[in-house]
Amino acid sequence: MEIDPFIFRLSIFILSIFIGYYVVWSVTPSLHTPLMSVTNAISSVIIVGAIIAGLAGDSNGIFNTSSIFGFLAISLAAINIFGGFLVTQRMLAMYKKKKKGK
Amino acid sequence: MISANLSAIFYLISGVLFILALRGLSSPETSRQGNFFGILGMVIAITVTFLSIGNFSSGFVYVLIFLLIGGLIGAFIAYKIPMTAMPELVAGFHSLVGLAAVFVAISAFLNPEAFNLGSPGSIKLGSLIEMSIGAAVGAITFSGSIIAFLKLQGIMSGSPITFKGQHPLNALILISIVVVTYLLCSTQSSNFFWALLAISFLIGFLLIIPIGGADMPVVISMLNSYSGWAAAGIGFTLENTALIITGALVGSSGAILSYIMCKGMNRSFFNVILGGFGATDQSLSSGSKEQKPVKTGNAEDAAFLMKNASSVIIVPGYGMAVAQAQHALREMVDTLKKNDIKVSYAIHPVAGRMPGHMNVLLAEANVPYDEVFELEEINNDFANTDVAFVIGANDVTNPAAKTDSQSPIYGMPVLDVEKCKSVLFVKRGLSPGYAGIDNDLFYKENTLMLFADAKKMTEDITKNL
Repeated sequence: MEIDPFIFRLSIFILSIFIGYYVVWSVTPSLHTPLMSVTNAISSVIIVGAIIAGLAGDSNGIFNTSSIFGFLAISLAAINIFGGFLVTQRMLAMYKKKKKGK
Repeated sequence: MISANLSAIFYLISGVLFILALRGLSSPETSRQGNFFGILGMVIAITVTFLSIGNFSSGFVYVLIFLLIGGLIGAFIAYKIPMTAMPELVAGFHSLVGLAAVFVAISAFLNPEAFNLGSPGSIKLGSLIEMSIGAAVGAITFSGSIIAFLKLQGIMSGSPITFKGQHPLNALILISIVVVTYLLCSTQSSNFFWALLAISFLIGFLLIIPIGGADMPVVISMLNSYSGWAAAGIGFTLENTALIITGALVGSSGAILSYIMCKGMNRSFFNVILGGFGATDQSLSSGSKEQKPVKTGNAEDAAFLMKNASSVIIVPGYGMAVAQAQHALREMVDTLKKNDIKVSYAIHPVAGRMPGHMNVLLAEANVPYDEVFELEEINNDFANTDVAFVIGANDVTNPAAKTDSQSPIYGMPVLDVEKCKSVLFVKRGLSPGYAGIDNDLFYKENTLMLFADAKKMTEDITKNL
């Protein structure tokens, strides 16, 4: 009997939770705020679903109820992607080491 | 157009890059590179999606337009936002992830053919369940984050909102979510889909209103986790590896942060979520305490004490963020250092309104991160330190957490500020902290209270040094 592809996706999911667990525990507490903003940005990879939805308009036109929700989701996710990565970058640029001899 | 297998491999690569992005945050040196990996992963995921659809028709132009609109808004916010507003920003961003997940789920429900999920009215059962989970969790994330945002922004009162029958009502709604999902799957009726979204929005709202302002670190972390699970749910629906990996990473990241925050307050997760903390504790604090004498001082006294010290530990809290005192504080520390006084900073895990809030503010004020220490790293040093300068913190220094088993914060890890030779407390008034309890530290022999705005007091001390 063949294995349902769902099982493979579930395996990826479960293993990723474990990876997340170990990776996040090793994040230094002083970077917990950038961690939150960057996880915000990467969870907006949901934009791939939004793009598929947006481009799924039928032959009668680009816009139908389904694709409009897709387009709106693209904008929402894009705010997060740009906002999330840029604000993380802005924060990380501020973390400096002590200058020697000061 | 590229094959489904090839695009799946690229999605895997972008998932791996996201893991590396989080891995980079293990130290400030590697963090910037990590952020770059994250951006790269996102670019790959978006590009591959375009290529796999391969439909560069007029619809494609609209995709770019909407992408650009969102991108510009996001970039504008990212450059304009003050660092003190980071908790609000993160809460706001969570709500957007939640709403985007809801929209994608709606879109997939209305037009399942586009996602290979079957046809309207006969969507594959597995996909429908995954979609419902993604949509429900997304909706909870959205309305919950909006409430968190309003509370942090001060538009809504930070005090817990409780009413009779709150918990039974919430339980009832949670059960109805399961029931409606079941009905949706068995009938495929769109009415149940909209009903599911409506009650999920409602429960998100109801779950967050009873939680008080100072519990926001837990709430934000929890919503962070939810946004991840919502993304993962959609990832299963779309059969997209990048989304599944990312959802799992973000979900566990938020869960770990919630755990760390709860531990920092010595409270169980459920205790925080059920809310209402601090509302009923007024009667516990005995009235006699108000009569106790307090030593107050001014900026000159504080400057005198610090000038004669050889080591100073700064304990910042939410009050510092409110007063925007981080820059003034840095200037004061610079002056102290010129006088050969050793200065370090001690940060409690739940200081501020989100994990790592104080660290970001200090970094903004150009405080080198190797002068900033976590509770476990620095707690033993208080005993060998001359002056502790507590600015805008209260409960996290309360010795009652160690000594008074009746205290609501008993067992919470606290900074051993009282072990310093003298303690300077910058505070606006004698009012108790968030937990609604008195701080014995105020009445200690070696404590000097400085009643003033944190920023103004710090500036005055610098002038007197």
